[in-house]
Amino acid sequence: MRWAPSRPVRAAGGPARAPAEVSETAASPVQVTGTVLTTRRVDAYHALTVVAPGIAERFRPGHFITVAVGGPASATLARRAFSVHDVKPDYGGTVEFVFTVRGPGTAWLAERKARDTLDMVGPLGRPFPLPRDPVHCVLVGAEYGSAPLFGLADLLQRRGCRVDFVLGAASADRVFGALRARRMGETTTLTTEDGSLGVRGRVTDVLPSVIADTRADVVYACGPLSTLRGVAAVAIEFDIPIQVAVEQTMVCGFGVCGSCVLPVIGEDGVTRMVRACVEGPVFRGERVRFEDIGTIPFDALGAPGAPGGRAHEPGGQTGNRHVS
Amino acid sequence: MSVDMRTYLAHVELANPITTAAGCAGSGRELAQFFDLNRLGAVITRSITLTPRSGRPTPRTAETPSGLLNAVGLQGPGIDAFLDRELPWLAERGVTTIVSIAGGSVSEYGTLARRLASAAGVTAVEVNLSCPNVEDRGRIFARDPAAAAEVIASVRASSRYDVPVIAKLSPDVADVVAVARACVDGGADALSMINTPLGMAIDVDTMRPALAAGTGGLSGPAIRPLAVRCLWQVHAALPGVPIIGMGGVMTGRDALELILAGACVVAVGTAIFNDPYACLRILRELEDLLHKRGFERLADAVGLAHRPPGTGPRGRIDLEESSL
Repeated sequence: MRWAPSRPVRAAGGPARAPAEVSETAASPVQVTGTVLTTRRVDAYHALTVVAPGIAERFRPGHFITVAVGGPASATLARRAFSVHDVKPDYGGTVEFVFTVRGPGTAWLAERKARDTLDMVGPLGRPFPLPRDPVHCVLVGAEYGSAPLFGLADLLQRRGCRVDFVLGAASADRVFGALRARRMGETTTLTTEDGSLGVRGRVTDVLPSVIADTRADVVYACGPLSTLRGVAAVAIEFDIPIQVAVEQTMVCGFGVCGSCVLPVIGEDGVTRMVRACVEGPVFRGERVRFEDIGTIPFDALGAPGAPGGRAHEPGGQTGNRHVS
Repeated sequence: MSVDMRTYLAHVELANPITTAAGCAGSGRELAQFFDLNRLGAVITRSITLTPRSGRPTPRTAETPSGLLNAVGLQGPGIDAFLDRELPWLAERGVTTIVSIAGGSVSEYGTLARRLASAAGVTAVEVNLSCPNVEDRGRIFARDPAAAAEVIASVRASSRYDVPVIAKLSPDVADVVAVARACVDGGADALSMINTPLGMAIDVDTMRPALAAGTGGLSGPAIRPLAVRCLWQVHAALPGVPIIGMGGVMTGRDALELILAGACVVAVGTAIFNDPYACLRILRELEDLLHKRGFERLADAVGLAHRPPGTGPRGRIDLEESSL
């Protein structure tokens, strides 16, 4: 698999590099006060379209944005990160993102009306690397993880790639973008766990046959970590490249808070705790140690007790050690 | 007329009183995507350790009312990589850099200070004392005046004479003044307070601790009254010692509150996660507030709240004019 040289990032660059480095080639993010243009409900989800010219013009599929929630004197300090569903040139540039109400921040966002303003930062992260050749691509989206795949599909098709979709969720109202996938994709396979739409089951149940039928050369996936883990396993089984865009809880979104780390194997074979917001959110699926997420693998660089790791392992005596 | 915003940390002049708080500005490059770091009074780096550290497992952060709990665990590249890549990058750009160091034993702090003594571009050293002492059953240095003083003496002895040593204090002590005094007696040129107090949150949906580490440091506006109290007590007891104040500063008003309590430098931490431009916005707001209140110099506002009501800022005696 050859990756296009014109991409703004190196395909495998992220995980291999030292975690501290910010790519010179990454799009420089901007902070804008965006004006909400439209709000809409899409089945179980909310979608906001915001006029944000600086972000729209720099955007590439796979980039994400963050939004401050709760207004100027907010008690909720963490920014909320969202992948971008659509970017349009109207009004100097608009950005649409999709979300579901999960807590006070998203509840506040769901109450926004047209002409309200939003503090937005973007575009952030590394976009999807694109193949150099017109190859066959399967795009897998679980829940509203499918949102960023349509911009990607558009870019891939313009490069002559064949695009097939596999979208799935728990129920029909949680499958995001089925109609658009049917319009854009060569084929579209839908799955729901309750059988209310398409095949009963999960995206990973149908993925092997889709890869076989479409003779796919590469898989792109976005969704919850549990789904990405399964999708990566299938792609590895078929020995084809897999690019995953991970959903990790973020606080700052631009690499300073250290919340969104996950264990990723670098090109040098060393596992590092890398930030999903800066080194990701797109990673090569086979390099992400999905089964170790939520832990520090013993062989990770700087892991407690690892060779060359922490010299001062505090031991188990203090239940309340405090090192931040 | 503009306000003279210059301030001093021991003999070192800073162009303005706003700095980043330790561990809140990544390697510096992440923030430099948004603005020139030279516009800050200084950058305080994350706490540098002797060896690379992978930090704590995820989830590392939890949002609490007007606050943020974190247990990142001092993830960092270690002193070698820091001196090799991060410090030169800051030094090349002429950024005033205060390096935060953290260790597990007195000798480790001393070694770190020695390594920094031969490096170019270190304006001051901030000693993160909120670390467990492996040689004393994991007791936190900052909670024991004698242990804190021992660390400071070791760092002072290993540092260049013209590099101020700053002791960063924890509010989780019975008598913050006792620790402050011990540190100054041990050779600290300045103090920095407060580090995050220990807190905890439990996710009532999963019915388990919200952080993988269980407990974490609390930051954000929720702890500002705690910071003001510590500053007030320490400045009252040690009026001649310069103090870097931090703890939930979100606006220029918050920064002024810390200055009136006795801080001559104000570090911004959690606010950066919420707004990448927070430092510059706070600096602008602070300058406006001082101007509106008739101050000509920031220095006149430092510790002003300690003076009886009615006594305004001291009039400046212009020697040249009065000698006419």
